[in-house]
Amino acid sequence: MNIFNMTIHELHTALKGKQISSVEATSAMLKRIEAVEPNVGSFITVTPEHALAAAGKADQLIAQGACELLTGIPLAIKDIFLTEGIRTTCGSRILHNFIPPYSATSWEKLCDCGAVLLGKLNQDEFAMGSSNESSAYGTTRNPWDTTCIPGGSSGGSAAAVAARQAIATLGTDTGGSIRQPASHCGCVGLKPTYGRVSRYGVIAYASSLDQVGPLTRDVADCAVMLGALAGHDPKDSTSVDTPVPDYSATLSQGVKGLRIGLPKEYFIDGLDPDVQKAMDAAIDTYRRLGAEFVDISLPHTDYAVATYYLIATAEASSNLARYDGVRFGHRAEADGLLEMYTKSRSEGFGSEVKRRIMLGTYALSSGYYDAYYVKAQKVRTLIMNDFISAFADVDVMLTPVAPTPAFKVGEKINDPLQMYLSDIFTIPVNLAGTCAMSIPAGFSAAGLPIGLQLIGKPFGEETVLQAGFAFEQATEWHTRKATI
Amino acid sequence: MKYQPVIGLEVHVQLLTDTKIFCGCSTKFGAEPNSQTCPVCLGLPGALPVLNKKVVEFAIKAGLSTNCSITPRSIFARKNYFYPDLPKGYQISQFEDPICQHGWLDIAVDGDTVKRIGITRIHMEEDAGKLVHGELSGPGDGSGVDLNRACTPLLEVVSEPDLRTSDEAVTYLKQLHQIVTWLGICDGNMEEGSFRCDANVSVMPVGSNTLGTRAEIKNVNSFKFVKQAIEYEIQRQIDLIEDGGTVVQETRLFDPNSGTTRSMRSKEEAHDYRYFPDPDLVPLVISDEWINRSRQELPELPEQRRQRFMDELGLPLYDAEVLTASRALADYFEAGIAAHSNAKAVGNWIMGEITRALNDSGTAIEACPIAPGQLAELLTLIDNGTISGKIAKTVFDEMWRSGKAPQVIVEEQGLVQVSDGDAIERMIDEIMAANAGQVDEYRSGKEKVFGFFVGQVMKASKGKANPSVVNELLLGKLKG
Repeated sequence: MNIFNMTIHELHTALKGKQISSVEATSAMLKRIEAVEPNVGSFITVTPEHALAAAGKADQLIAQGACELLTGIPLAIKDIFLTEGIRTTCGSRILHNFIPPYSATSWEKLCDCGAVLLGKLNQDEFAMGSSNESSAYGTTRNPWDTTCIPGGSSGGSAAAVAARQAIATLGTDTGGSIRQPASHCGCVGLKPTYGRVSRYGVIAYASSLDQVGPLTRDVADCAVMLGALAGHDPKDSTSVDTPVPDYSATLSQGVKGLRIGLPKEYFIDGLDPDVQKAMDAAIDTYRRLGAEFVDISLPHTDYAVATYYLIATAEASSNLARYDGVRFGHRAEADGLLEMYTKSRSEGFGSEVKRRIMLGTYALSSGYYDAYYVKAQKVRTLIMNDFISAFADVDVMLTPVAPTPAFKVGEKINDPLQMYLSDIFTIPVNLAGTCAMSIPAGFSAAGLPIGLQLIGKPFGEETVLQAGFAFEQATEWHTRKATI
Repeated sequence: MKYQPVIGLEVHVQLLTDTKIFCGCSTKFGAEPNSQTCPVCLGLPGALPVLNKKVVEFAIKAGLSTNCSITPRSIFARKNYFYPDLPKGYQISQFEDPICQHGWLDIAVDGDTVKRIGITRIHMEEDAGKLVHGELSGPGDGSGVDLNRACTPLLEVVSEPDLRTSDEAVTYLKQLHQIVTWLGICDGNMEEGSFRCDANVSVMPVGSNTLGTRAEIKNVNSFKFVKQAIEYEIQRQIDLIEDGGTVVQETRLFDPNSGTTRSMRSKEEAHDYRYFPDPDLVPLVISDEWINRSRQELPELPEQRRQRFMDELGLPLYDAEVLTASRALADYFEAGIAAHSNAKAVGNWIMGEITRALNDSGTAIEACPIAPGQLAELLTLIDNGTISGKIAKTVFDEMWRSGKAPQVIVEEQGLVQVSDGDAIERMIDEIMAANAGQVDEYRSGKEKVFGFFVGQVMKASKGKANPSVVNELLLGKLKG
């Protein structure tokens, strides 16, 4: 079996059994990256020296008998995570020269487990986008059909898993940025509950919505990654100090008697027929496994996209003020301060980022604040309440991840509103602050992956993973591989 | 027409915490530029603020000491604007729901009248860094940014527009200054900017109910300048109106060299700060227990202590005020009276000799070389007749210089008072014999000459003769 096709569990067994070393595995991955990268473009920066050094260290640990699940496993992470000494661009030209002096807590935690960093993955600029087309470092292609987008903003993270350029990856999800690309690329992607994973050292897009999560080949790997990432971080005031369960230990509990809600607002007329078909089949599968279905309603779903584009852009307009050319990043040649600001930012930011900064600035401006920002916060509370009431009756919800499979490169790039609607089913979860996972659930007639979304209660990742694992055991969608 | 000035003050109080408000960097003044920084206070991508609990404790203390109510759930907000000394492009401050609200201070105006000045709010915020111009090494004549001060904790204390004169403003400001230094939450250093004031000034015709347009005056960093700036601004606005002009809402900068204010930016140029709740910080919840604990930890405040000195020790208002000018001075006084029962005498010595010596040598009361107990010993030596009040001043100077105990100095230098009647009588006899002319003058009714004889006796005794014994004996002898 090719190393690059392995899951975390499979490679761990091989490493532990000394059938292969981490250096060998890492070298194989680097070769694979080199081979397929021209067709996929998942990476912004590949870090072979770092990777091999880390793999060497991991091999020493393994030799000493200290082989944890992630020891020596070659991973790659979205270029939104700060990595000490390794360039971190966030997909933006404004950070083309930024070498961080410190690392994100989430990445440090994986390092502490002995993980190996293959490189930094492509993404939409500042995580603003649903197609990876807003990256300043080229558009990542969907490994299943390279004329299609991989989704976004963690498009590189999903494509790298699907193209087997990394065993697993890290992404971030603000409005669907893990789940939507996972769905489009046929891998597993989990957005944990807000506060479950530290945001320290993750470049902020919309601070009240951003959350770190893993993209993996299967649900069991996802459980391992989440276990390593989750937990309170004293450096992040919004990270929550609740115990981290052993996600792997309870994976195979099954779904007998599990109450699954079907929110009617997510099964709309315009849904792509292939997506609808995959959902129907998934519901049948779960029924067969003993789950019960409940029709539920999340009545404020219609307002979610508008609410999101006020709150997220408002926060972004403030979060992105620090890219001013003064202390780091791109600085334009200029004669005065104002010119330095305007030129550095005009040159450094792409058009989608500028659009969102302007939207957010407007929403916060005096005279508009109450009508936009405050109102959006009120609607956000209503959306949260929708989830709270619905979860009184069900354990998880099942919905599509995206209304359609992956679309063509260039198809929606000039129509921001159409682009924004591709996150219609994922955005409410971020607004509610709860957790959700995308798992492979079928293919379109054109052979593109379709994901299904399992939405859990706040800090209900255990149940979501159990439900996902049960589905995976009963289906073979996750075992299919993109030919690239 | 007569005009009524209306004044409100916004005071920034830099807090004496060891570390910054949202990170663990030191707040020490005067370190190498940018040596006290980290990803958080540098505003690096991905960095997040974590609130320093000490800052909250200090804010609660300030609020309780100014009769504020403490907000049970207060919120941090971002104040957005671009400036190179502001690393994140926003300042973390409080906007809606600040930690303290609806307080007041009672100030004395025109002698004994008490006036209540409302305190709208006290909120917590971070300071910005500092720009350095033209002293950079390296090419060009650019400007540098020093972010050591960035993220230093501040309280902003906003008064109601209840002040009517520059004197009231200064009195209020001094009282606030006394409270924050008394609490030990601020060093009160106005020159270094630890306690700085912006003044909102407007004028309206006397009897009017409509406030005039206000100007905000920035950069007023001493009590003297506050008075000067406000008076200048009041006159400027009156002159403007009298000349048929109108006051415009603007920010003005005080120039201490000329004593004038000049326009910095108009209302049109004013920033739209786009305040919104900071999503990186959770709401600050302050329990009743926390507030009660803080209340119990509060020291006795200057006003309460003043009152107690008057009620329990019978001090006059003036003494009580002087002795509570600072917490350290009041503590010194209290330690003194613990060792000596005559509060009035202890107070007089502190207000007199101690204060003079402190001022002459530029010493703070905290570093006074004479301990309160030693001062009390000195007073006891006077009380029991060992030394005279006059000799006591000599002993005091020696105590200040050498740090020795008063008893030791008196013994070493043979300063014990002579109260022995026979010895003094002998001196008097000799002096009278040597100054027969003056004796005649006295006896012929020129009683002023009495002082001459006292002086001669003191001189002869090297100041050690007991003055009351001298007086008594001299009077008897001269009267013949």
